[in-house]
Order: sequence, then structure tokens, then C-alpha cells
Amino acid sequence: MSFLNIDNVTKSYGNVEVLHRVDIDVQEGEFLVLVGPSGCGKSTLLNMIAGLENITGGTISINNRVVNDVHPSKRNIAMVFQSYALYPNMTVGQNMTFGMEMHGIPKPERERKLADVAKLLQITPLLDRKPGQLSGGQRQRVAMGRALVRDPDVFLFDEPLSNLDAKLRVDMRTEIKKLHQKLGTTIVYVTHDQIEALTLSTRIAVMNKGYVQQLGTPKEIYDDPANMFVASFMGSPSMNLLPARLVEDNGQLAAELTDAGGTGLRLRLSQDGQGLRSHLGKDVILGVRPEAITDAEGADKRAQNLQILRNEVSVTEPAGSDTFVTMSLSGKDCVARMRADAEARPHEVFEFTVNMDKAVLFDPQTEERIDR
Amino acid sequence: MSAATQDTAVRTGRITRTFIYVVLIFFALFYLLPFFIMMINSLKPLSEITAGNMMALPKEPTLAPWGAAWSTAQIGVEATGLKPYFLNSILMVVPAVAISTVLGALNGYILTKWRFRGDTVLFGLMLFSCFIPFQIVLIPMARILGMLGLAGSVQGLILVHVVYGIGFATLYFRNYYAAFPTELVKSAMIDGAGFFRIFWRIMLPVSGPIAVVCIIWQFTNIWNDFLFGVSFGGLNAQPVTVALNNLVQSSTGVKEYNVHFAAAILAALPTLLVYIVAGRYFVRGLMAGSVKG
Repeated sequence: MSFLNIDNVTKSYGNVEVLHRVDIDVQEGEFLVLVGPSGCGKSTLLNMIAGLENITGGTISINNRVVNDVHPSKRNIAMVFQSYALYPNMTVGQNMTFGMEMHGIPKPERERKLADVAKLLQITPLLDRKPGQLSGGQRQRVAMGRALVRDPDVFLFDEPLSNLDAKLRVDMRTEIKKLHQKLGTTIVYVTHDQIEALTLSTRIAVMNKGYVQQLGTPKEIYDDPANMFVASFMGSPSMNLLPARLVEDNGQLAAELTDAGGTGLRLRLSQDGQGLRSHLGKDVILGVRPEAITDAEGADKRAQNLQILRNEVSVTEPAGSDTFVTMSLSGKDCVARMRADAEARPHEVFEFTVNMDKAVLFDPQTEERIDR
Repeated sequence: MSAATQDTAVRTGRITRTFIYVVLIFFALFYLLPFFIMMINSLKPLSEITAGNMMALPKEPTLAPWGAAWSTAQIGVEATGLKPYFLNSILMVVPAVAISTVLGALNGYILTKWRFRGDTVLFGLMLFSCFIPFQIVLIPMARILGMLGLAGSVQGLILVHVVYGIGFATLYFRNYYAAFPTELVKSAMIDGAGFFRIFWRIMLPVSGPIAVVCIIWQFTNIWNDFLFGVSFGGLNAQPVTVALNNLVQSSTGVKEYNVHFAAAILAALPTLLVYIVAGRYFVRGLMAGSVKG
């Protein structure tokens, strides 16, 4: 049995079910990220793990103990809130030891743990200050420190970085990752930022409308999205989803699209199989990541199946390290991510190289991935 | 926009400004005038007042009227002065203010941080008590006090004022706590603090401004109350407002205006003091609620 087990959990407010049969197993030491747009139920799920929301159906167990009816303080969890939730009337030190004080841990031990954690997070000089006198990054550290001193089974993070400015957010992200590698604790982390999800996690649960859309490692989620929602939500710029028709070309499967001028073109697929062949001759959605479309020089040297695509460039957006090139394919804007020196110019025809190893196909009706 | 200042007031010319100050000073004097008259007359011997010089400054200033008002003036049957009634008022006001403020804080805490089905309806009903006129409850209240055996006692008056004060106290604290981040309460729950521990350690320490607002409001209202005092005070628990009335309305003997003036100032002194000591928090507290709420 896993360390944190979310088994068939549902949540309803009155007659409205907001979480539908969620099943997630988290192993000890894993970093699970719950990611999804606003209102997808990720924070609700986190609050249910914490015990701040009731569980309507199913069970949640932590460390082989069903905690459905266990008070938050007795679940041996610690939570870092989006607003940090530092007690404004207490000093940093008091904030961090409040939980231990409530649990009746003797003062010498409290002091020792406080000193250890403060040293680990480099906040020792701040211990006598009030939260109001701290910067955003310092408050963030204190909030994490308050969770760490508890030495809990599971850490819960509720969008902890969303109140920080962009630069600090990147720094703190690295710091959280370092901390996880160092301490090996089990973490459940909620965010709406897909970059945070991909960089931090060992596994990701992508959620939408109360359903877990896909649960997998960052690589699985990114390379093999289970449906069109996951494909478009994860990755920035998001995956190009192009209407196409699945055809056979000299015995091999190919996607048929139209270029900017309306002329048909074919991209040969790398995959083949029964599942795909059942869609032969039908409309499909071709999913290609922007970085899989490059110029000839920028193409992945280890790719098995590079396809050439000649099309008119509509817009180029130099972004320092990359240049984003937009073209029209099958009536949709298709973004390509190229090296900075790529020589694509607006309104000129350019020779794109598409790494079809990375392409995926979706059923336009169900929006689900078409398996081989 | 080079001359950007932190001043949020509208810029005015010199003439306008002078005009504004003249008007303000005029009104300030106008409102201070009654107090001034009371003050100078309370320091005169009665003969100076009856001679018809109400507006004149005292020729032979004396503190005798103050002494009389405090300890020897004839109020009711005995010549006790305001002293025992003043004590009654304090014995009534302090517990009544304390209890209604604490209950209001608890109510506000529950209504915002421990939400339950129908809590807004309940809050709405509690607000009614802010608007119910005193006269309506006189008879039912008399009945209840009689049943409880509290009629004509200070305890009875405390009960009446607590019941009446809970509405406003709840309103203040609920609106203040509504702006207080609920995540703090959740965090404290995870930390292992219970209902009262959260209230005591997390909520109350940051409730200073609104507590001051509530205390000033309740203190002023309860101290100045006349109707409940005269209705339920009986003979032994009459507050100072009722005693002042009895002193001034007394139909026997000479009307000692100087003593009346001194007594009136004495009766108003505690509320004045509360305003002077805590007044700046009053404005600040009201502002804090309005900006955040």
C-alpha cells in the first residue's frame, strides 16, 4: 500500500459534485503536483487531504491509517498556504514553534528543532521579527520553516509561489526542489503554473472540472498527453492541435493537412498500429509541440522521422534564446520554436522540419488520445 | 505634475482657507458655549446666578457646588449627592461593556470563521436588535427580570444592557473578522489549536482597533442610558443619569443651579474621558473596517 492513498474520493457541495472519483497513490518521498486551471478541484482535494474539507465519498489514508475522520492536527501533515498564513501577532520564532507548543512538545526540544530548521533555511537572523517586517521571500521561507519543524508525514503546499514576483518565484522553485532532494519528504503541491508542475514534480496529476485527466511523470505528461486538455494545458507555448485526416501513403500512415495557400500536404507518422488504423480516412487532430517544428539545422539529430514542410511564415517573434515562428496549417495558427538565428522571415516561404516522433493524434469527438 | 505631494486634500486659495477656518472656529465655539456656561456657573455661588448674570465669569469662584453635587445634594429621599449613583453606573457599565464586547467578539469569530448553515440569516436577525426601539421591550423585559429575580438590581441592568449591546458588538466584530484571512485559522487548526485557543491566541491579539470602537460605543450608550435605568433601576440600582434627573427635577426647596451644573458635568465626565483616551483609535478602527471590509 502506498504512503498517501486517495481512493475513489468524491466531494459534493449539496447536489453538486465537484470532485469525481479521484484515485491517486503517492509513494513515500514522492513529489506529487496537482495542476489545473482555476476551479478544477485541486485545492479542494488538497484541503481534503489536510482535513479542512469533509470527504463526501471514498477514503484518504496517510501512512496506512485512514484519516477521513481524523482532525487536521492529528493527521501528521503540515501545510504551506498561498498567503503564507503567518500569525501577525507572533514573532517568526513563535510562528514556527506554535504547532509544537500546541502538541505539548517540551520547550528545549522546540528550541532545538527551531534552531535546526532556521539554520537549514537561513532565517536565523529573522527569528525575533514579526511577519509584517519581512519581505515576500522571507515570509515564504518562514512558512516553509513552520511546516518543516513539525516533521510531518506529508507536506501540503497550496500555490506557495503565486504571491512572489517572477524572479523570486524561480529562485524559490529551485530552493523547494533542493529541499525535497535533501530531505526526501513526501510532498503534495498544488499549482496552476504548468512550468512549476513540470520542474518540481516526480509525478503530476493534471486536473480539470473535478476529474483527474492524467496522472504520470512529467515526461509522460508532456510527451504522451492522454487527451487534448492535457496537451494544451501543459507546455508553453502550448501544443499545436491541427485538424487533419489520417491517410495511407505507400503503406505508411500519414496526416493530411493544408498549408497557408490551401494546398494539401502530408506528414508521415512514426507510429503505426491497430488503434490508429481504425481511424484511417477519418478526421483526427494532430498534436505537435512547438519545439518539434524547427529549421533543418535545429532539428533533433536523433529523431527517426523528420518530415519537411514548406509553408508561408505569417509572424516571427524573437524572444532572445528562441524565435517563435507562426504559420497557418489547416486553417489554424501553428507555432514553431526555433533557435534564435533561424532565418525565417514573415510572408516568405520557409522550409520547416517536423520531428514526427513527437507527434500525437487525438480523436476530435472524444478529445482522447488515439492509441496505437 | 511635477509638484506631486502626498497631500490628498483639495488645494485651496488663501482666502477660501481663511474663510473655512473662520467658519470652523465659529462652530467650534458655538458647540463649546453650553459647556462653557455650565463650567462657569458651576463655579459660582448661587447668589451670583440668581442675580441674573448667567453669562458673567464667577466673581468669587468656589468649588462648593461640586462638593455638594458629589456628596451632599438632596437626591430622592436622602442627601447623598451623586456619589452612590455614580458608583451604581460604574458597577453597571464596566461588566456590561466587558461582557457584551467579549460575546460580540465570539459571535463575530463564529459567524466568519466557523460558518454554518443559516449563519447569515442568524446574523441578520441579530442586527434587528440594533434597530428595535427601547420602548418596545420595556414590558417583556420587566417580566423577565421579575422572573429571574433581578428586578431593581444592578445585575438586572447589566443583563438588559448586555442583551441590547450584543447586536452592535457582533456587527462590529463580524465585519472586522470578515477581512481577517481565514487561512490563518486553518493554519492554526493544522497546528493543533482548538476553537478557544485560536480565538485567544490568533484572533484577539489583532482585534485591538475594533475592540476600542466597540468599547467606546457600548460605554457611551450604556452610561448615557436613562430609560432602562429609570425603568429597571428600582431604588437601589439607579444609575447616575436617573439621579441627575431626580436632582434637577426636584420640586421641593430652592433650585441650586450651580449644583445642577456641576452634577451634569460630573455625570458626563466618564464618557468624555473615554473619548479623550481612546478617541483616536475610534476613528482609526472605523477606517480600518471600512477600507478592508
